[in-house]
Amino acid sequence: MREIDRRTRFSRRGFLQTSAAAPAAIAAGASISATAAWAADAKTIAPHAMATLVRAARDIYPHDHIGDAFYVRAITPWDAKAAKDETLQAMVAEGVARLDQDAKERHASPYLGVAWEADRVALLRGIEHTKFFRTLRADLVVSLYNQPEIWPKFGYEGSSAEHGGYLARGFDDIDWLPKSA
Amino acid sequence: MAQFDLNDDSVVVIIGSGAGGGTLGNELAQKGVKVVILEAGARYEAQDFVNDEWASFSQLAWSDMRTTSGSWRVGKDFPNLPAWIVKAVGGSTTHWAGASLRFQEHEFRIRDHYGALPEANLLDWPITLADLDPYYARAESKMGVTRTNGIPGLPGNNNFRVMEAGAKKIGYKEVHTGRMAINSQPRDGRGACQQIGFCFQGCKSGAKWSTLNTEIPKGEDTGRLEVRPESHVVHVEHDDGGKVTGVVYASPDGAMHRQRARVVCVAGNSIESPRLLLNSASAKYPDGLANSSGQVGRNYMRHMTGNVYAIFEKPVHMYRGTTMAGIIRDESRHDTSRGFVGGYEMETVSLGVPFMAAFMDPGGWGRSFTSALDGYSNMAGMWLIGEDMPRETNRITLDAKAKDKLGLPVASVHFDDHPNDIAMRAHAVQQGSAVYQAVGATRLIPTPPYPSTHNMGTNRMSAKARDGVVNKFGQTHDIKNLFVSDGSQFTSGAACNPTLTIVALAIRQAESIARMMEQREI
Repeated sequence: MREIDRRTRFSRRGFLQTSAAAPAAIAAGASISATAAWAADAKTIAPHAMATLVRAARDIYPHDHIGDAFYVRAITPWDAKAAKDETLQAMVAEGVARLDQDAKERHASPYLGVAWEADRVALLRGIEHTKFFRTLRADLVVSLYNQPEIWPKFGYEGSSAEHGGYLARGFDDIDWLPKSA
Repeated sequence: MAQFDLNDDSVVVIIGSGAGGGTLGNELAQKGVKVVILEAGARYEAQDFVNDEWASFSQLAWSDMRTTSGSWRVGKDFPNLPAWIVKAVGGSTTHWAGASLRFQEHEFRIRDHYGALPEANLLDWPITLADLDPYYARAESKMGVTRTNGIPGLPGNNNFRVMEAGAKKIGYKEVHTGRMAINSQPRDGRGACQQIGFCFQGCKSGAKWSTLNTEIPKGEDTGRLEVRPESHVVHVEHDDGGKVTGVVYASPDGAMHRQRARVVCVAGNSIESPRLLLNSASAKYPDGLANSSGQVGRNYMRHMTGNVYAIFEKPVHMYRGTTMAGIIRDESRHDTSRGFVGGYEMETVSLGVPFMAAFMDPGGWGRSFTSALDGYSNMAGMWLIGEDMPRETNRITLDAKAKDKLGLPVASVHFDDHPNDIAMRAHAVQQGSAVYQAVGATRLIPTPPYPSTHNMGTNRMSAKARDGVVNKFGQTHDIKNLFVSDGSQFTSGAACNPTLTIVALAIRQAESIARMMEQREI
């Protein structure tokens, strides 16, 4: 079977888009912290809240083979959206404050400082009925998975017509099925 | 290309350019009838289509607001997107997968065969399979359906070969690459399938039949068919005698235009067609046009659907090649020993990563969700599609509050699963799971129904005027020059994909309309 190369390749389009918003994340590999450039550069959402959103994004849709940069890229547009939408801005501030409050009650630490994913997920379960969580999840399921650069990591090849489809590229190359009688 | 005057009252106006409207328009034009097709959506050709699920959805999908209610899961997961259908020239034939199956004999006579099922509104069609068979044959020839007319089947892709191996292992007999309106060899000026894998996003090679790449250009070539894109009909008008006289439609700038007509045919799919009839209420027809029976909008059907995806130890790459790449037909029979009436088909389906994330478990998150997606390359998938039961209470109404950008009430879709639908879905998921387990599935993913792609029954055909909206030619019982030409005519939905039947009915209706016009009945 024709397998595909799953290594990350940033397309020019994707790189330009991201590098404008988050140069450090791509250059040095991201780490989820309020001091990261992509968090510090946010204009409307506070750096701590940006970092919390990215951490929550990773906890909502955890893929260990996908780097933080992709979660950062999924969350980055929230800053510009919040600048134009006071309701959203307030929802983010309140949502992050609630997560931090819950985290402090249970773990004596803000959400970002809770070490184990399972503990953070339990905190997210506690707010999954809120508009904040539902909006974040519904946005992420598009903004994370609709990044063409991560598709190869799932073994998905994206657009195919320009390559002549799969007629000569393995549409029927499965080789492990039992021979039919 | 024809261009007709707004005041030309000799034309037939068809609302919608999909399987019903597009086919009817060409058939009438071939017979010498002047036709104006008003299409709400824009016109995109094959080169405009994109192999990108969300971008294509933005380009083609009917995303105008709708509302929902009822116990169906789609109403919870997609409250403002009850249906996944198209707003573009060619309608949902740009998006369909291509499966072209004839109804079975008993599926025209469900009241006879299934009896008086509680909480359902079963009715026999006023036509039989024998009546429709000659038109099915013409539809299959027109559309180039594989495994008919000497056309070979398509080659099976990886996704099909997994399903086929499992099906044979558990003893299913009728398993093949389907009867598909996708060229397996060049035909009718269109090339053979390139196995691109984006059937739902508009076929870029043109191998898949759509009204956009066949009926509409052929009709336009006669000089008697004019297609007006971005022309959203808001109202069908009538005279004091009750006959329809034309339609009012909005262009993109919001301006209203009145196209006069000798005959009006409604083919806007089973949500918009009843909405238009209801929104056309007048002093003479206070409950909407053609609604003396009160059945307009009722008996909405959307097929029992569901999906089984399975993950295997080794790769499948299900996205390579045709989306509906094959079928298991053994469960399509009517056999009440399974605990339900009617039957279902099992057809391969695949989604790309973006749509798999959106549709696999709407609302889902966490490791259970992401570990399933991590198995994407090793996934195979099938769609389950069976007959659902018409119910008066499953219906399209005008929303009491929500309005579209023109200020008209939007369609509200109410749907409750019938106990028969629930029993059938449970059986289908169990059998689909067994197919994949037989070839070593390590994980099963029973995915809930997607927004409805098959929408049927909201202006149903009936022998008696009190039971439905249209007669056996799709002519409304109440208004003789008003017709319904899409799947909303369906008296029942059968176990199979509806497009071939919509096309066959449109060919038949064109004959009836031409004859009635010639004899000055309309």
